[in-house]
Amino acid sequence: MKTTVLFDELGPRGQARLRTATIVASIVLVGALAGIFVQLDHVGQLSGRLWSPLASWPNIRYLLDGLGMTLRIGLSCAAMSLVFGTVFGLGRLSPRRWLSVPAAAAIELFRAIPLILLVYFFLIGLPAFGWNLPPFWVLAVPIVLHAGSVFAEIVRAGVNSLDRGQFDAAAAIGLRRGQALRLVVLPQVFRALRPALVTQVIRTLKESSLGYVVSYPELLRNGQVLGEYNANFIQAYALTAAFYIVINFGLSRIADLLDRPPRKRRRARVAPVDSPAPALESVS
Amino acid sequence: MSVLFDHIGELFTGLLVTLELAVLAFPLAVVVGTVLGVCRVGPVAPLRAAAGCYVQCLRNSPLLLVLVMVVFGLPYVGATVPLFGSVVLGLGLYFGAYVCETVRSGIAAVPTGQVEAARAIGLTFAGVLRQVVLPQAFRSMAQPLGSIFINVSLASALGAAVGVQELTGSARQFNLDHAQPIPSFIAAAIGYLLITLTAGQLTGVIERKVRIRR
Repeated sequence: MKTTVLFDELGPRGQARLRTATIVASIVLVGALAGIFVQLDHVGQLSGRLWSPLASWPNIRYLLDGLGMTLRIGLSCAAMSLVFGTVFGLGRLSPRRWLSVPAAAAIELFRAIPLILLVYFFLIGLPAFGWNLPPFWVLAVPIVLHAGSVFAEIVRAGVNSLDRGQFDAAAAIGLRRGQALRLVVLPQVFRALRPALVTQVIRTLKESSLGYVVSYPELLRNGQVLGEYNANFIQAYALTAAFYIVINFGLSRIADLLDRPPRKRRRARVAPVDSPAPALESVS
Repeated sequence: MSVLFDHIGELFTGLLVTLELAVLAFPLAVVVGTVLGVCRVGPVAPLRAAAGCYVQCLRNSPLLLVLVMVVFGLPYVGATVPLFGSVVLGLGLYFGAYVCETVRSGIAAVPTGQVEAARAIGLTFAGVLRQVVLPQAFRSMAQPLGSIFINVSLASALGAAVGVQELTGSARQFNLDHAQPIPSFIAAAIGYLLITLTAGQLTGVIERKVRIRR
């Protein structure tokens, strides 16, 4: 850990001080939590009447339905945004200006305006022209456009960070540009981007909460309906938040894991080979 | 189109509200994030754990959920905050988690030698952070903080979902009043482009000004 350089291995006095600080911090944190609980109790938000509806199966199943819908939107939008992002990201990198300029314009536009503005456009703007999309697409199209544009920039950065020699080598063995991209560049870029793929799912899962705005029955919307129905907003939203946090935290752990092991594996594969390189290194 | 120019004032008011939201929420996020970031790199274990928990919880929930909880939840726990204030609070608390991660990587970007030198001349943990590490960390954070500012101003559009008439909200209202979807949404998009492009340019200027040449 790099950050541990910030403080020394503590001496006896420092350790005593750290112990005091730890105890004080614990007391303050516990006190703050207790304060929140006392306040919640004071306004009657801890009463069983408000929490018990969340323990009944129909209510839980209603939230789980919402969660299923959220996962459906999130995963399908993530998949579509990967395609969109790859096409537009590569389009922006194209040497042909008629391809790169519109791609760049689209990416910059969709990244520079808020998602909810797009959602409103599809929700109340398009019907004025007699275009009535089904609710799923009112939510999904803006998410794909927005998340896809973000991913396009990730793809572009990935391709740009790839060693120039890869393109040259591909050209040297006679691959055309399209072949080089497909056979040499993209496989490497996507391998490097595996954590970004998972992060993309987290992004679309979070963005699907805009179902709240278009009244599409996903997790947040169902949490709201449940809160209205049982008159227990705080409790319903707390459970909703727990769902989101558990799912997204799990996904971000996966992204972290994908970020780590390949290096280890490669090193393990190289290690048994008896190469003279380490000896040279230790001399210099 | 002429309807748009007759009523452009409504959208302009919305643009100002969006700017107000961003300008108020961003400093709050920076303060929250810096405190959390310092807690996360510090030696006190409970503070590290608490800050880590806060960051994980907020980064993994959708902003809209946080806003809805703050706006509609606070009155239930006996805190009456005006709508505008609670949206600022929600944005600040949410993006504080992102600033925290930026602060952490900014601190990690300060060369080890600087920290060692600071400790060698006898500065304490607080002294090392306040006088040597954080000033340098903040300089290297100009770019990421700029993009967080842009994110805050874009995310403030979610205020429209809880009833604040900012730029998106007023574009929506304008469309409901005058049934002019294309002009109103394009005008709003131009407003956001103005904000993000200006902020991007400013960030670039600031970044070049404060950059440390090594």
